[in-house]
Formats: sequence, structure tokens, C-alpha cells
Amino acid sequence: MAVIEVEHLRKIYGSVVAVDDVSFSVEAGEIFGVLGPNGAGKTTAVEALPGLREPDSGRVRVLGLDPRVDRQELRQRVGVQLQESALPAKLRVGEALELYRSFYRESADVAGLVDTLGLADKRDAYFQNLSGGQKQRLFIALAMIGRPEVVVLDELTTGLDPQARRDTWAFVEAIRARGVTVVLVTHYMEEAERLCDRVVLIDRGTVVATGTPSGLAALHGGGTRVRLRPSRAFDETLLTRLPGVSSIERQGEHVVVSGSGDIVADVVQALAAAGVRAGDVRTESASLEDAFIALAGHPIDDADGGDAKR
Amino acid sequence: MTARTKAAAGGAFRRLVITEARLAWREPIGLVWGVGMPVLLVIIFGSIPAFQEPLPGLGGGTLFDAYVPILMVIALSMLAFMGIPYPLANYRELGVLRRMSTTPVPPSRLLAAQLVVNLVMAAVAFVLIVVIGMAAFGLKLPAQPLGFLLAITLGAGCLFSLGLCVAAFARTGRAAVAMGQGLFFPLAFFAGLWFPQAQMPDLLRGISQATPTGAAAQALTESFAGQFPSAAPLLLLTAYSVAFAAVAIHWFRWE
Repeated sequence: MAVIEVEHLRKIYGSVVAVDDVSFSVEAGEIFGVLGPNGAGKTTAVEALPGLREPDSGRVRVLGLDPRVDRQELRQRVGVQLQESALPAKLRVGEALELYRSFYRESADVAGLVDTLGLADKRDAYFQNLSGGQKQRLFIALAMIGRPEVVVLDELTTGLDPQARRDTWAFVEAIRARGVTVVLVTHYMEEAERLCDRVVLIDRGTVVATGTPSGLAALHGGGTRVRLRPSRAFDETLLTRLPGVSSIERQGEHVVVSGSGDIVADVVQALAAAGVRAGDVRTESASLEDAFIALAGHPIDDADGGDAKR
Repeated sequence: MTARTKAAAGGAFRRLVITEARLAWREPIGLVWGVGMPVLLVIIFGSIPAFQEPLPGLGGGTLFDAYVPILMVIALSMLAFMGIPYPLANYRELGVLRRMSTTPVPPSRLLAAQLVVNLVMAAVAFVLIVVIGMAAFGLKLPAQPLGFLLAITLGAGCLFSLGLCVAAFARTGRAAVAMGQGLFFPLAFFAGLWFPQAQMPDLLRGISQATPTGAAAQALTESFAGQFPSAAPLLLLTAYSVAFAAVAIHWFRWE
């Protein structure tokens, strides 16, 4: 069942087309990634979901409701973490949670929430004294406090160190484990590959592709490459006739086999059957990044006007 | 995260007021300048012997009596120009208001909670000024309590609306502080902080009484002296309140 449906969304600021034509749908219980360079229109697109932005044209439905008409109801049922927001410097973690809890019809248990997010010993800390990772965990907690059915997380891990980023990913997975649908906006390919069930790639206000991260990588990213050192010379047709293998290239002592899908096992087995031992095997799977470059014609950190925040 | 509990109905505004009160206590700009400073000036002025001598130019009242209503206007001005605009502009700058607009409770409630907290601080300042003045320095309660209440209510409405205009126009917390100070000093002068209106030359007094603080000080002074405040300052304060509120509502941005 589609929880979110966006069709031909368009949003213009003055003469700048922030979102030209974006369509996607999100199924219940999935982690859906909205992926693209900075300035691609990701934030504008997702801000239309809880009714924070009014699209100039297009159709948006969230939980079967129209954000333009049912804003108030959606605010009860959609939790949001915004890219650029903060809390008063001298508000304590526990106070912020109690305050936001009072905003909703239904609310989660504060003690359970701070435990899950590893903030139990920070309940009395001022917001200004939290680390970047702790602040983001608090924002996840605030997005979850109203027991939402959908949460929108915008650039959740931008500016975090790698450890804090991995910790935060675990919390996003914990949210999904509760049956909450997650919309994750990011420009980190690695984050999308690790977390998202499906992604929409957006570049310059339009959708370039939609699919699973591994599916998009395999389809558009140039497939898989297996590099190995055979124990002796062999007939190349041994491998080229395998399904999925597209080419073979010799590099000195090594052989590089290119193809799509899971060709590693087939290649090694075919060689072994012919009495050739494959040593030093390395595989290189095409990444979502490769797919993005193939589709958009430029790397994700290198878009016009998109200053990468890394 | 699993326990399902019901949020208390209507508890959101109460919770907002409690939260804003805590924050006002922890970053006590309004408390120090809007309550502490006027009360301290009451004690200092009351302790100067020359301020306790009846002066013919003041209709037989003392300089201390003349300063009590002025210091009340100063308390209101400090809260209006420091206590209200700084947190609101700061919240907008930080994205606090925008974050709140994603919840079922609109950020206008946060603004209302700010006003409640500042009104309570103003009431605390008035009570301290009157109690200390009466206990230590021979101050008498306003002879016209109803007129006093009307004057103080209109004065608070007018100055707090002006404070909201500052919050509407200032893009950052720092800008709000700068604009608030820029308004405070001339308006404190017109209220009579440097010398009361009774001691001003006629032209200057006329100008003063046309300003928000001067009109408020005039109405309060009259109510202390035993007259019902005259129509001119009351009407002027009402007109200012409406105009400032309209400007603030039209220009205020949540993000």
C-alpha cells in the first residue's frame, strides 16, 4: 500500500525552478531515500509532504490525505526532522521532549525513547552542550514523540563524524522496525545504500531514476568486476559463455571479468571445473554513485550550484 | 518508545509557558533589565535625601513620587524592547519557530507564551516597586486604582506591541538587541528618566507626551496623583497599540 504518493510535483521560487517534475511513491514500512546533490530540490520536494511548502502544481497524498487540506491532521501523524533547525540553547533534553510531547494527541513514553536513542544520561543536559550526534538523536526523538506513522528525516547525518553517522543509521533502522515509514533525504550515497529499501535519484529538480540501491547500481552503474590471478592460462570462452559475463580483459598476470549480477561464484566455479585455481580474487561492485554518474552525467558532489557539505 | 500515553488536552500552552518561564530564568535578560534595574533604581532614588523633599514644581509631591510611575514605564520598556524581541528573533534565526510549525501546535502559541511570561515579569516589577516604595520610602498607593490599572494595561499593550514590531523586523537575535536599545534610550528619555515631564520645558513636554512612553508615564503619574488619567494619553496609547499590533502582525515571519 502506498503511504505517500507524489505526482508531477512542481515548485518555483521567483524565477528559480526548485522542483521541476518529481513523482514517487513510498510503500508502508519502507525506508525510502530521496537522493541527489545539494540544491537538487530534495528538501523542497519532501517539505511538501507535511504541508510545509505548497507546491505550484502536482498532486501529493500522504496517508491518503491532501497536505493542503488536511495539514492539521497530517501534523499529528507525520514526524519531521528539518535540515536546519535548533532548540533554545538552555532548554534541557528532558524538557524539550516533555514540551513536544504535549503537542500531540498521542505520545510515546519519554523514558523509553531516551533509552532507545542513548540519551538517558543526557536528560538534564542543555541543548547547547550536546554533541552533533546527540542533537540529531534528540531531533529523531522529537520527530518520534507523537507516535507518527511517517517520519521525514532531512540530511540527518550531515556534519556528523563516521561513528556518529553509523550510530544514527542504527536508530533509523530501529524506527522502521516499529513499522514506521521513513523518508530519508540525503546526498550520501553510502547512507542510501546502507539504509534504503528504495531510492529516488533527483537531479536539477527532476527524477533521474527510481529503484532499489543495488538494482540501480547493477542496471546503470556498469555491473560487477571480478579481478583474479589464474594459476595457468585458460580459454577465455570458458568465461564469456557464462550468463551475466560481458567481457574479459587481461592485465599482466591478472584477469578482469566484467558482468552484471552475482558472477563471482560462477566465474570461480567455471575455472575450478577446468582445473584453473583463481587466486587473489577481488570483486568490485558498481555503486549507486556509479549509477548516479551514469544517469546524471556528473558526480553527486559536483552539481551546478551544489556545494558539497562534506 | 512503545508505551502509548495520552497527552493532556490543552496542556500544550501551559507547557509552553512553563518552558518559556524557565528559559527566561536561565537567560535572565528581561529579569535583570526589566525587573532588577527598575527596582534597584527605586531603592537608589528612595535613598537620596533630596528626592524625598516636596517640590512646588511637582504640586507638592516629591521627586521620588514623580519617579515611581516613570520607573514602571522603564520596566515595561525594558521587557518590551529586550525581553520580547530577543528570544523571538533568536528562535526564528535558529529555526525553532520553523521546527514548531511541523507540529500540531502553531508557533503563534510560542509567541503568546512569551507575552504571558513578560507580562508576569512586568507584574512582579510593579508589585516590587510599590511594596518597596511603600515599606521604605513613604510611597502611597495610586489614588485612582482603576485609572492606574487602565493606564498600565494600555501602556503594556502599546509597548509590548512595539516590542513585537522589533521582533518582526529583526532578522537575528543580535539585530533585535541593537534595535531594542536604539528604541529604548530615546523612549526612556521621553518617559522622563533623565528628568520628569513636570520639569521639562513646555515644548519638550508636549513632544514627550506624544510618544508611547511619555503618554504612558503621563497617564500613570495622573493616576498616582489622584486624577483619573486624561483622555489624551489613553486614546493615544490605544491608537499606538492598534497600529503597532497591526504592523507586527503584518510583518512577522515564522522563518
